[in-house]
Amino acid sequence: MTTTAGHTEHMEHEAHGEHAEHGMTTIGYIKVALVLAALTALEVATYFVDFGPFFMPLLLILMCVKFFIVVSYFMHLKFDSKIFSFMFYTGLFLAIGVYATFLATFKFFTA
Amino acid sequence: MVDTAVHHAEYGHHTSTGLSNNKLGMWLFLGSECLLFGGLISTYMIYRGRVGEGPRPGNVFDIPFTSVSSFVLLMSSLTMVLAVAAAQKRDDRGTTLWLTVTGLLGATFVGGQVYEFTAMYNEGLGFTTSLFGSAFYTLTGFHGVHVTVGVIMLLSLVGIIKRSRVPGDKAEVVELVGLYWHFVDIVWIIIFTLVYLIPT
Amino acid sequence: MAIIERPAPVGAPALPAPVTPTRTYGALRRPVATTGWKSWVFTVDHKKLGIMYGAVAMFFFIVGGIEAVLIRLQLAAPDNKVLTADVYNQMFTMHATTMVFLFVMPMAAAFANYFVPLQIGARDVAFPRINAFGFWTLVGGGIIVNLSWFLGGAADGGWFMYAPNSGPVFSPSNGVDFWALGLQITGIASLTGAVNLIVTVLNMRAPGMSLMKMPVFTWLQLVVQFLLLFAIPVITVALFLLSFQRSFGATFFDVSAGADPLLWQHLFWIFGHPEVYILVLPSFGIISEVLPVFSKKPLFGYPFVVFSGAAIGFVGWGVWAHHMFASGLGPVSVAVFSIATMAIAVPTGVKIINWTMTIWGGKLNFTAAMHFAIGLVVLFTIGGLSGVTHAVAPSDTQQTDTYYIVAHFHYVLFGGAIFGLFAGFYYWWPKVFGKQLNERLGKANFWLMVIGMNLTFGPMHMIGLQGQPRRMYIWTEARAGEGLFNLGFWNRVASIGSLILTVGVLLFLINVWKTARSKQVAPLDPWDARTLEWMTTSPPKEHNFDAIPTVRHLDEFFHRKYAQDSVTHEIKQVSTAEDIVRDQEANADKHIHMPSPSYWPIILASGLPVIALGVIYAIPVAIVGAVIVVLALFGWSLEPSTAPETDFDPPASEDGTKELAPLG
Repeated sequence: MTTTAGHTEHMEHEAHGEHAEHGMTTIGYIKVALVLAALTALEVATYFVDFGPFFMPLLLILMCVKFFIVVSYFMHLKFDSKIFSFMFYTGLFLAIGVYATFLATFKFFTA
Repeated sequence: MVDTAVHHAEYGHHTSTGLSNNKLGMWLFLGSECLLFGGLISTYMIYRGRVGEGPRPGNVFDIPFTSVSSFVLLMSSLTMVLAVAAAQKRDDRGTTLWLTVTGLLGATFVGGQVYEFTAMYNEGLGFTTSLFGSAFYTLTGFHGVHVTVGVIMLLSLVGIIKRSRVPGDKAEVVELVGLYWHFVDIVWIIIFTLVYLIPT
Repeated sequence: MAIIERPAPVGAPALPAPVTPTRTYGALRRPVATTGWKSWVFTVDHKKLGIMYGAVAMFFFIVGGIEAVLIRLQLAAPDNKVLTADVYNQMFTMHATTMVFLFVMPMAAAFANYFVPLQIGARDVAFPRINAFGFWTLVGGGIIVNLSWFLGGAADGGWFMYAPNSGPVFSPSNGVDFWALGLQITGIASLTGAVNLIVTVLNMRAPGMSLMKMPVFTWLQLVVQFLLLFAIPVITVALFLLSFQRSFGATFFDVSAGADPLLWQHLFWIFGHPEVYILVLPSFGIISEVLPVFSKKPLFGYPFVVFSGAAIGFVGWGVWAHHMFASGLGPVSVAVFSIATMAIAVPTGVKIINWTMTIWGGKLNFTAAMHFAIGLVVLFTIGGLSGVTHAVAPSDTQQTDTYYIVAHFHYVLFGGAIFGLFAGFYYWWPKVFGKQLNERLGKANFWLMVIGMNLTFGPMHMIGLQGQPRRMYIWTEARAGEGLFNLGFWNRVASIGSLILTVGVLLFLINVWKTARSKQVAPLDPWDARTLEWMTTSPPKEHNFDAIPTVRHLDEFFHRKYAQDSVTHEIKQVSTAEDIVRDQEANADKHIHMPSPSYWPIILASGLPVIALGVIYAIPVAIVGAVIVVLALFGWSLEPSTAPETDFDPPASEDGTKELAPLG
């Protein structure tokens, strides 16, 4: 915040490496990516194999799991300030709530 | 606006919350984007069955092909996160390498989308063929534009880092582009399931 | 101007700053002008941008006002021929669009830009260049929306542009295209502004200012910016779908192609209802500052005002379909939205109680600002009550598309939003310009506006319930009805009221003109105010505060001026504003780095209207616009927002400070 004087001395304390500590190791990232790849393979499998009544719930659950893995680990929300999570999840859950209601008025879930 | 938020050269970390202005701005923007894609996805959901005389979704989707390009985009998230890690270790070579790989994977995805759109068009699904067509191309097109903007940002960033012209904190700029890139990826995770895998 | 400076004493002559850029960024050298038009066009100073927002908004207020008067003139007599049916449709569409998107929103943005950084003790916003970009984008959007008047006719589908009115059959001119693309561009301005102000409020507060020590105006602006952040993308989707339909042959809202016209209605009102609070909450914030100051009491129940504001913002997302009760949503949806709409009256009622209790037992000082603030409380309550009658769905189906609706939203928007903005003008004018608006003219301005607005919009309740449809362009004496319910009589009354209202607004403009010519300087603290923005010179120096204050209390400035005697428990004045400002000056911060002016915001913003014109007329033009945008983004990215010290002449003295005048 260069516009504020009197704080210049604080800027010296800024440590560039601090983000890396609460992140993950390269191996960790690769493991996460492998999990994501496996989940994607399972998703695609539903196209070739008949899962019967589990088809829809399975796909939706896999979608959510993949979504939150990327957000939590690759986007660091799990390790980062709660304020970032608040910003993002407010938008996300507002969108889900509003548009689910919107689709419900079109009888999307019942027809 | 993406670029303005990303490349905005504010640096210094003494803020009331202790968080970087740029990163906070980026997360706010991504929160806002949820409402944008939510609207486009909902529009598609309402119109996906309205095919008129044109082809149905099941007739034009090539699930194996799209699975591969989805996988490419998913793996670009891994390379992106490696670029961010390298940038935080101030490893410029690693950063530019992984950024380039991410950009190329993203470009592959966009190329796949162009191929997919062409194939669908040849099968009779134009933008104005039916409500399904309009809604499908609008949704995936918006996503494709986001990916393209991301690719341009990634490759520009490579050039800017190589010339040491990054204004502000280099690691943070890479991280911000990374956040945008992952967001584009998670939007595709949703589109891939809701649009492609779950049939009408 | 990025300079290293030591604040000059109050009233010192403004010297030109000896700064020259020694490096180039991209293709251009940084702008360095500190006077003349360049110092405004390339500025990133939140105060200058705030003033420019205000000036542009005021211009559009006059445009929208002229449109309103023309509407009333057409309805002033039976079988009138002031406007044709076609022009009448354009007139009411553009009146609403202008007032909502180009007056109230930018004027609220003007207040937010100017006062939020001052109220939280910051030197500027978090992203000064994005701030400048937002302003120029708004200008571009406003031009595009209004350009249609001269290029084949303006938009004529009503401000909420329902299908099929928005389609080519009923709107064959390019008006709707200009409307959709212009609003898309103003949406970008709002979205960037929202990100900027939220980050500013969260990150740039003075030391000690916790969230619950922030002034209420800043709090309610924070809520508004969150609403904008999440509502703008929804209208963006809707406008894109509309543009794709009109320009590229899609059929999103074309019923004959199997589309569902309710899609537009939903998307529009998911945005549109939060938008209502976007319009009115800034004014709530303004009067929550004005009422305590002129009652000599702290705001009654500060946390309730804050949390009810947040509650309004949240519940505002669950009520949009009450605009669509007549569209056949089905009984469940109607019941749900009806109950949610009644619920939102609760936090609004909480606010009205808080304001009333603030005034209660206070030492009231009836200034012009106080008049407008009390006017808001009364008139908004009337509008709020008629709003509750819309929440009752069976009653609403009788009122939909009648003048009763017109009456309701003018009470909340004119009586609410605009009265609040006028309270803000009179309250903050001495802060912004260093001169006080004339109080006598101000009170005349108030009374004419109150009488005018009640004469204009009051009778609309009656003629609406009698069945006069909204947007009816002509009436005949033969079918006007009899006695008290004669439509003709009440339409004439409303038209006369609108002329009184016009005179009221003219008095304000005369007041501004007279004040600008007057040489009388306002005192530093003319109202005995309570919040931080008054704890600096008027107008504030470019860096706002010589020394960033440390905050210990809600209403910090009040607590610095007054203290409770420990024996008698009486509140006594211990200090004056002059003392406090002088003290700040003596302990001024050194090395104040302000963000530097830049060419890129206005260049980037100028690309957007070019793209819009290209989409309407010829795609190659749009490509030119896109190239401007991309080049500007690169230039922007490569330019640090604050020039490094090497970019300027070396410091004149040993300790790195340079004697520079306050720049303004």
